[in-house]
Amino acid sequence: MRHIFALIVVGTLGLGLFYTLSHIPFGKGLSEVSKYYVENAIDKNDPHAGATNIVTDIVVLYRGFDTLGEVTVLFLAATGLSVFFFGLKKKEYTCEPSLIVKRGTGIIFPFILLLGVYIFVHGHLTPGGGFPGGVIIATGVLLIYLCCRDYKAPHSLFKVIEGSMGTLFVIVGLIGLIVGGSFLFNFLGAGKTGELVSAGIIPILYIVIGLKVGAELSGLVKDTMEDV
Amino acid sequence: MIDYILIPLVLVMFASAISVIFIKDLIVAVIVTAVVDLITVVLFFFLQAPDVAITQASIVVGLTTFIFVVAIMRTTRKEEE
Repeated sequence: MRHIFALIVVGTLGLGLFYTLSHIPFGKGLSEVSKYYVENAIDKNDPHAGATNIVTDIVVLYRGFDTLGEVTVLFLAATGLSVFFFGLKKKEYTCEPSLIVKRGTGIIFPFILLLGVYIFVHGHLTPGGGFPGGVIIATGVLLIYLCCRDYKAPHSLFKVIEGSMGTLFVIVGLIGLIVGGSFLFNFLGAGKTGELVSAGIIPILYIVIGLKVGAELSGLVKDTMEDV
Repeated sequence: MIDYILIPLVLVMFASAISVIFIKDLIVAVIVTAVVDLITVVLFFFLQAPDVAITQASIVVGLTTFIFVVAIMRTTRKEEE
């Protein structure tokens, strides 16, 4: 009986999803807001432009306020996960990490950090941005924890970076509010597209987000891998 | 040409997604889920969304798998019963 009920629920949901999605005209014409983005995000006289692809312009400049919300959601999720793991007993490891893991980590860890930093510093020129860069840094920290069981990450450093970067994001937004009249206004101008120092506040925001996400998720890795 | 690469990949993805339901060992199930996500990365790349592919590779394949594994390790495993 329960199985039949579950089948009915899943079938109804699936049919509903299929029906809704099949009525969205993917790739056929542009909606009004898409037209606005396509016409204005490439125009270099518009202050809301300057990155080499439109997606970055939309994500950071037109919808930068959403990014602030995303960072807040990530903070809440990381806090919740730390609370979840707080009371649980740590499992004892029965074997040492192998020689390959130990040596390999020593070689590959600087390059993982470099890749993470590269991705968020070049966020306005190449695909990627603050979030993936920060997560790649956190996976590097995870690799260190896998190879060195006694490693203790600097917890207070993570907290300081995270808090100051969150404040800096809001300060950049407020400067835009004072100068240009809207939160996260691109007060530095578009610059010359394709150069490292261009696209106004996009690189600043991506560095801020990258450091914040990196510190946040490294703290999460630390909380889950260590006895708190 | 690209179909000869993508069709086997999608078939593997489909098979892994279905086999996750029937696998009893939780750690193995998590790893097979990661295989599904890894193939999604390739699909995103061919759909010309490299930024989504990078995010998917780092967050979903990396961190989500890690969090699942840690959660399974630090709670009681009941699947033997």
